[in-house]
Amino acid sequence: MKRIAANGDQAVALSWKQINPDVCASYPITPQTIIVEAFSDYVADGEVDTEYVCSESEHSSMSICIGAAAAGARSVTATASAGLAFMWEMLYIAASMRLPIVMTVANRALSGPINIHCDHSDAMGSRDSGWVQIFAENVQEAYDNSLMSFRIAEHPDVHLPVMNCLDGFIVTHAIESFTPVEDDQVKKFVGEYKPLLPLLDWKNPHSYGPFDMPDYYYEHKYQQAMAMNNVIPVFKEVAAEFEKLTGRKYDLIEKYMVDDAEYVAVAMGSTAGTLKAVVDDLRKEGHKVGCIKVRLFRPFPYQEIAKALEGKKAVAVMDRVISFGAVGPLFSDVRSAEFDNRIHPRTVNYVYGLGGRDVGVEDLKVVFREMEAGTAKNINYLGVKQ
Amino acid sequence: MISIKEMTAKPVRLTEGHRLCAGCSEPVVAKQVLLATDKPVVVSNATGCFEVSTSGYPYSSWNVPWIHSAFENTAATISGVESAYRVLKRKGKIKDDMRFVCFAGDGATYDIGFQALSGAIERGHQFLFVCMNNEAYMNTGIQRSGATEKGASTTTCPSGTCIPGKREFPKDITKIVAAHELPYAAQASPHNWKDLIEKAAKGFEAGGPAFLNVISPCPRGWRYDSALTIDMSKLAVETCLWPLYEYDNGKWRITAESKRIAEGKAEKRPIMDWLKSQGRFKHLMDPKHSALVEEIQANVDRKWDELIRLSKH
Ligand SMILES: Cc1ncc(C[n+]2csc(CCOP(=O)(O)OP(=O)(O)O)c2C)c(N)n1
Ligand code: SF4
Repeated sequence: MKRIAANGDQAVALSWKQINPDVCASYPITPQTIIVEAFSDYVADGEVDTEYVCSESEHSSMSICIGAAAAGARSVTATASAGLAFMWEMLYIAASMRLPIVMTVANRALSGPINIHCDHSDAMGSRDSGWVQIFAENVQEAYDNSLMSFRIAEHPDVHLPVMNCLDGFIVTHAIESFTPVEDDQVKKFVGEYKPLLPLLDWKNPHSYGPFDMPDYYYEHKYQQAMAMNNVIPVFKEVAAEFEKLTGRKYDLIEKYMVDDAEYVAVAMGSTAGTLKAVVDDLRKEGHKVGCIKVRLFRPFPYQEIAKALEGKKAVAVMDRVISFGAVGPLFSDVRSAEFDNRIHPRTVNYVYGLGGRDVGVEDLKVVFREMEAGTAKNINYLGVKQ
Repeated sequence: MISIKEMTAKPVRLTEGHRLCAGCSEPVVAKQVLLATDKPVVVSNATGCFEVSTSGYPYSSWNVPWIHSAFENTAATISGVESAYRVLKRKGKIKDDMRFVCFAGDGATYDIGFQALSGAIERGHQFLFVCMNNEAYMNTGIQRSGATEKGASTTTCPSGTCIPGKREFPKDITKIVAAHELPYAAQASPHNWKDLIEKAAKGFEAGGPAFLNVISPCPRGWRYDSALTIDMSKLAVETCLWPLYEYDNGKWRITAESKRIAEGKAEKRPIMDWLKSQGRFKHLMDPKHSALVEEIQANVDRKWDELIRLSKH
């Protein structure tokens, strides 16, 4: 298909249109709203025959997705920030019922003070809810990840909900050119939805969400943990198939100039793109630098990260979130990957870009400069006015 | 209307073996509701006594598809199920004519679940919402809810030396729901199974959202002998504390015993009969609370007169 121009939200809406999900629950919140608006146009024009439910809250949107997915429908929704926080209770329930719901999250800071711009505090707040979390760097990835999300969620070895995360305003609102997949190829790639144990199969009645005592709860959580472990091979399998279809190669992490690098920065989302430009600049000046983008954040690719960081002099892990009283979530994951694999580069944490604070090429050069000079502290607050 | 004998021949949708208290009215209500349709049903259950007692893994009392997701969202959950049904039917993947029902306690209806209920009704999903109203949060140990009667002693509004139980009257959720101008809303009582099943049947066939508020005595929380549950629900109706009526496409109609009372064919019993039957009102027997008892009686009378007025239009 030929390249078209769209923002990340429109690209996600286009992927949904091509998939034609059975049920879409919607509730507006910036910077996600464009998705549910664009999708409602498709519904209004009969381009999809999705049951489009305008709920009265995000809590109900997720509840609707849960009911619909349990009933046997392919179900989608989108949210951000406060909306995701409002769903918190239901995120756990969706995952524990093993429902392959796909949700786009336009990452946005949480109140207070209220702020509509990008950071990862919403996604990190839901980190342990049992959802697969995939982060996109740009519009192309927002679209591609959306398509792959359905395959991963619905894979029989996984059967878990998937969050497709895009940086609010940066990916959701910036117009970029990207290459969508042909409609019929999307249909073939994503395939017909075959629900497992649907409620609407009333001749074989099933119970969803029963009451668990200590004698079973732990086993159910264990099964969820095992399903999460299956995501890594399934992700690779789906990505390989996607590459065959599109030529676009995706892995759990993306390494940029890492093999011979001495100093490496690790980030998620749009910042990874800026980091690549920084690496290009610094390489020209003779610095041995590289960067790693973490695409799959849950489950976390510990092995891949550790392998990529072997032999490095220093590593800076970029967290677009504060974990009050602790190091950042990405940092603690990267450091445990290193520790378990007995590699010990100096590893420091950079908190950056909170509430949509712009982080450009010059800002990120500081990270490499401080790594090289050995002046970086354990936790650094990049660009904060003191 | 089918007979009891015919009903006993129907398939059992909620089986024995659940862990509800002896004398609990909730399984009685649910069975009566489930007898009101022969169509396949999917049940969505809110967190509460009824849910925890019928679903303890790996056992289940349910012979029909059943889902519990949380306390506050049973109406949103059934919205999802019903939306799936609509679309899969449209796409030709489902052929059967199916029905959808929510069972929720008064906490899950009047309080925390109200937003989801209101939203689901406004959106017009086809489902019957049944509130099993035992006038408190029983599952967590008899705490006050928006349905608790004024003067009742609960564990969060206990009668003490200064405060005689709950200070507020319950909100009138049936009228609030009716104000959504949905196709059908009604109040029922398990002692009159015929009236209840007829109303549930109308709710199932309303073609849109329907609401059934059922007085559901709880021997634990109300403090009475567990053999008296059905008598207790009857007494609620006879005192006009719990009038039986329906709102059917804009028309208000008083039904069954309540209709006989309204027509002067049966006695309207004093509220004192109700208060003295239960331990939760024991403190009100002290003459120092006679003004409060009068207030409760006056409120019952006022609401009863209002209902009669509504039913005459
Ligand atoms: C969000 C949330 N808050 C509180 C609870 C605790 N909780 C579980 S059941 C319940 C009370 C249920 O009361 P009601 O709906 O009246 O049903 P009943 O048990 O009386 O039949 C409460 C407070 C919960 N499960 N979820
Ligand atoms: S506490 Fe009350 S409502 Fe709960 S099971 Fe016992 S009798 Fe029923």
